[in-house]
Amino acid sequence: MQTGAELNQYKSHVKALNFYYGAFHALKNIDMALHANKITALIGPSGCGKSTFLRCFNRMHDLYPGNRYDGEIILHPDHVNILSHKVDPIEVRMRISMVFQKPNPFPKSIYENVAYGLRVRGIRQRAVLDEKVENALRNSALWDEVKDRMNDLAFNLSGGQQQRLCIARALATDPEILLFDEPTSALDPIATASIEELIADLKDKVTILIVTHNMQQAARVSDFTAYMYLGELIEFDETDTIFIKPKHKQTEDYITGRFG
Amino acid sequence: MDKTDELNELRRIIGLHKRWDFLFMITGIIALMIAILTFIALFAQMLIDGMPRLSWDFFTSFPSRRPESAGILSAWVGTTLVMLVTAATAVPLGVGAGVYLEEYAPKNIFTEILEINVTNLAGVPSIIYGLLALGLFVYQLGLGQSILSAGLALALLILPVVIVATREAIRSIPVAIREGAYALGATKWQTVYDHLLPYSSAGILTGIIIGLARAIGETAPIITIGALTFIAFLPPSPITEGFPYISFEWLTAPFTVMPIQMFNWVSRPEEAFQLNAAAAGLVLVVMTLTMNGLAIYLRYRMRKNIKW
Repeated sequence: MQTGAELNQYKSHVKALNFYYGAFHALKNIDMALHANKITALIGPSGCGKSTFLRCFNRMHDLYPGNRYDGEIILHPDHVNILSHKVDPIEVRMRISMVFQKPNPFPKSIYENVAYGLRVRGIRQRAVLDEKVENALRNSALWDEVKDRMNDLAFNLSGGQQQRLCIARALATDPEILLFDEPTSALDPIATASIEELIADLKDKVTILIVTHNMQQAARVSDFTAYMYLGELIEFDETDTIFIKPKHKQTEDYITGRFG
Repeated sequence: MDKTDELNELRRIIGLHKRWDFLFMITGIIALMIAILTFIALFAQMLIDGMPRLSWDFFTSFPSRRPESAGILSAWVGTTLVMLVTAATAVPLGVGAGVYLEEYAPKNIFTEILEINVTNLAGVPSIIYGLLALGLFVYQLGLGQSILSAGLALALLILPVVIVATREAIRSIPVAIREGAYALGATKWQTVYDHLLPYSSAGILTGIIIGLARAIGETAPIITIGALTFIAFLPPSPITEGFPYISFEWLTAPFTVMPIQMFNWVSRPEEAFQLNAAAAGLVLVVMTLTMNGLAIYLRYRMRKNIKW
């Protein structure tokens, strides 16, 4: 039996997770713990299943036919298995937000982009919306840049600003977990640095799971790192351990750039 | 062989190959000219014949046995009312069907057959729709040879155009935008209503207008359901003096439309009626071109804010 303190330490437990795209076995028997208010990075070569794994957390695979989950992702503190058929994927997505690889703002105003998640939850009062939009933009370090142009189209922002807008959009609804799917792969180095800084700042508020193809990024921002290969979780540990003293030869080979 | 000879040989070969570019360009221009000049010639002929007949009276007069006092009042009013019925029917049905097929329908053999059939429907000859309308609307449902029957027949005719345009417009929205909406916890309907429909409205509108522009010139199905060729009265007004101020009696009224009025005049032996037909044709072409122009403008206006 786990004690209360131990439970608070974890935001989620993944238990024997298997995932299939039709007949293709994409994730194989994954067990992992997600530490609360920590940043966990998923690394591994292309096609290893790290994005597939990430998208299990907000049931994104439900949008497409022929996908099948097996196993459990337990979300604390209510210990609900978010992969269960009895749990509505929409409810899961309201608790767990996601930021995508390419900035994907809606072709609406900056304000409406951030407010959309709140509107979906039925919030209508202007004062509440204004406050939450401002908070989200402050938390994503965008407020000062956009406060005078809230009604401008989101497309008029730079790539890095658009990605921070997408982070604000995901943050506005106070999610329990924030998923990042290679959030800087479409950005230049300066924008990347500001996003990384932002992610590091956010962990006080939210538990973060980030997929990255960039090992330096994983080393820089994360507290825990999971190395995946061909759908299997090869090694999971504190980031320092993974990068300095990995237990598996394969992890070491990947991290030192011998393959991948 | 020294370098100059080598280069000269190379240039000769390039020149030889470029001849094909030239040849194709000439062929392309000729093909284009045949298409455009034919239309311009037709339009110019109509303009020369019909222009002198165009006057205020021409638009406000009923058809007559005397060509110089005949006008297109009943025809353009009929066309406008029929188009209203067509748009009011085809837009909700077509957009609804398009959204369903694209966003809701499960991907299986049944929907696949459905999809192929929708595309094929666009190729069915229009007179077949006329026969269907005659059997179904005029007789089975007892709607008579009315504006309602004609509007519904043309709505069926352009339904595939609207469905296909809706689907293509929705499909051109990047997956990332749809996923972005779903990831925030939106339901299918919220995603459709808040995102997919607004972002694809330019494409959908273009499809609707192009469909209507096709319907406005259709003659065969309208003749099939039995529109009158000579009609010297207007349908009852949709706005009434007493309560409830609005009337749908016009839906069941007999009518004529522009192409039928033209057809009627063309079949007369007198030269003067031919000029009337040309004038009516001019009005019809201008109506169609205006609609197409509107479609192009709307697409341009709405796409300006959306870049992907």
